[in-house]
Amino acid sequence: MDIQALEAQARQVRRDIIIMTCKAGAGHPGGSLSCTDALVALYFDVMKGVDPKNDKNPNRDRFVLSKGHAAPALYGTLCERGYFGREEFDGFRQLHGILQGHPDIKKCPGVDASTGSLGQGISIAVGMALGAKHTGNPCHVYTVIGDGESQEGLVWEASMAAAHYKLDNLTVILDHNGMQIDGTNDEVMSLGDVKAKALAFGYDVIEVADGNDMKQVLDALHAPACPGKPRYIILNTLKGKGVSFMEGQVGWHGKAPNAEQAAQALKDLEG
Amino acid sequence: MEKKAIRVAYGEALVKLGETNDKVVVLDADLAQATMTNGFKKAFPGRFYDCGIAEADMVDIAAGMSTMGLIPFCSTFAVFAGRSYDQIRNGVCYPKFNVKFGFSHAGITLGEDGGSHQAIEDLALMRVLPNMTVFAPSDANECYACVEAAAKIDGPVYIRTARLPSPVYDPRPFTPGKGVVIKDGKDCVIFTCGIMLEHTLDAVDQLAAKGIDAALVSFPTIKPFDEQLACEYTAKCKKVFTVEEHSIIGGLGDAVASAIIGRGVETFMKIGINDVFGQSGKPADLLKEYGLTGPQIADRIAEKL
Repeated sequence: MDIQALEAQARQVRRDIIIMTCKAGAGHPGGSLSCTDALVALYFDVMKGVDPKNDKNPNRDRFVLSKGHAAPALYGTLCERGYFGREEFDGFRQLHGILQGHPDIKKCPGVDASTGSLGQGISIAVGMALGAKHTGNPCHVYTVIGDGESQEGLVWEASMAAAHYKLDNLTVILDHNGMQIDGTNDEVMSLGDVKAKALAFGYDVIEVADGNDMKQVLDALHAPACPGKPRYIILNTLKGKGVSFMEGQVGWHGKAPNAEQAAQALKDLEG
Repeated sequence: MEKKAIRVAYGEALVKLGETNDKVVVLDADLAQATMTNGFKKAFPGRFYDCGIAEADMVDIAAGMSTMGLIPFCSTFAVFAGRSYDQIRNGVCYPKFNVKFGFSHAGITLGEDGGSHQAIEDLALMRVLPNMTVFAPSDANECYACVEAAAKIDGPVYIRTARLPSPVYDPRPFTPGKGVVIKDGKDCVIFTCGIMLEHTLDAVDQLAAKGIDAALVSFPTIKPFDEQLACEYTAKCKKVFTVEEHSIIGGLGDAVASAIIGRGVETFMKIGINDVFGQSGKPADLLKEYGLTGPQIADRIAEKL
């Protein structure tokens, strides 16, 4: 798919995020908007075997949203990709809805792992990649982790295992927007030199200057695998990307826009 | 009578299972010599994955592997069920992934390593999780059957095993979810699980010497619990005692209590670890310290009657 079309898809997913969170009166728009470009790139261009009509195809590439609270970005992407209709947005975070507060493999088509307890998604993705190697499954496993999430020790346990088992069928994508609930990463718990850490853990690392630039994101995701090493892509992103009053604001981590704010946001996101 | 640690049986059962089911893989967290998965490691080196000293990671890696059609068995000490609990809950049970947990060294009979390593809470932790099946085999033969059954169940299964060698009884039929009547009786009933079978059998003999005819029922499956059998024996004997090598809070005793409440029970007493942590010592000394030897169990029951 060409870049303009992917950018248009990303804008649409961002509108979906606003519509969903506004209707529910809850959710996490900031960190959903920051990773939207990566998710659109994956589901519309990079991942192989993505097929809403055959969503259990065993050889499909897998995706794990380790930062599960960015569920609105995943739901918007899956919806635009054809896994379910937009009417499901009404049920986001609602009783009997398929779009739970955090992704639920038992309820939502297209979801490959139930996530939300931070640190677990990357570890599950490591298990998928290891299981794929074991069974000779040619699939590639992608996971998006948060920078705040990277304060969880499990992220690094999983990273150690990924390098140990030489999982070159795994791509870990860091949505590095620099912010979390209580403030910036540096205020809460500094990640230090995350690139040096990833390298030291044995990843093949690619840093993307603008993780909200579709071309840069695609170039990183399409870079040939490094044999014997898991891939770690640092996407330097902007929290709340695309919505003027949310950009770079810690306060929009877990707060939904009201109707007036949503109208403004949708205006910002007009193509 | 031949004695064998249930953890040893677990290791043997995995090897046997590995021979007939190529989907089975085994994960350990640097304890293969103790959980006895080293037999599987030797027999099937390409199907054994050491996750290092990282129990939480082991559980989620197993979760991911299960999505590729594999049947991972995770092994570590039962005390680390707590350490990897969020992963067992959210990574495995919530999505109902097909992961098995063979956790060993449960209870105070772990011995010398002391209270930091003696799991007295694992049954409680596992029972409360939706989608989880919980086995507590009482001897080696029952453990073989539990491992075989676990592989056939589509979903998470926890198998509690012990370090201490215990008697190997003649094989009994094993059906997941069913209790086993070890001895019939009319004056009272003792419900037990795991290696306490040995000591409750002893207690039954001691009680017989006192003229008390006690029934003994073993529950190798803690969840789903055989409420029907528990109720049947409660109705018959009226006086009910539970004996487990686990906290009296949240384990077998509470599973029984939930099942039999309002069923005409006249006397009910839970015998186990009385809401305290264990300590270092020889297993036999520890059983005595915490009142779990046959004569001590018999005395407490006789006194209550």
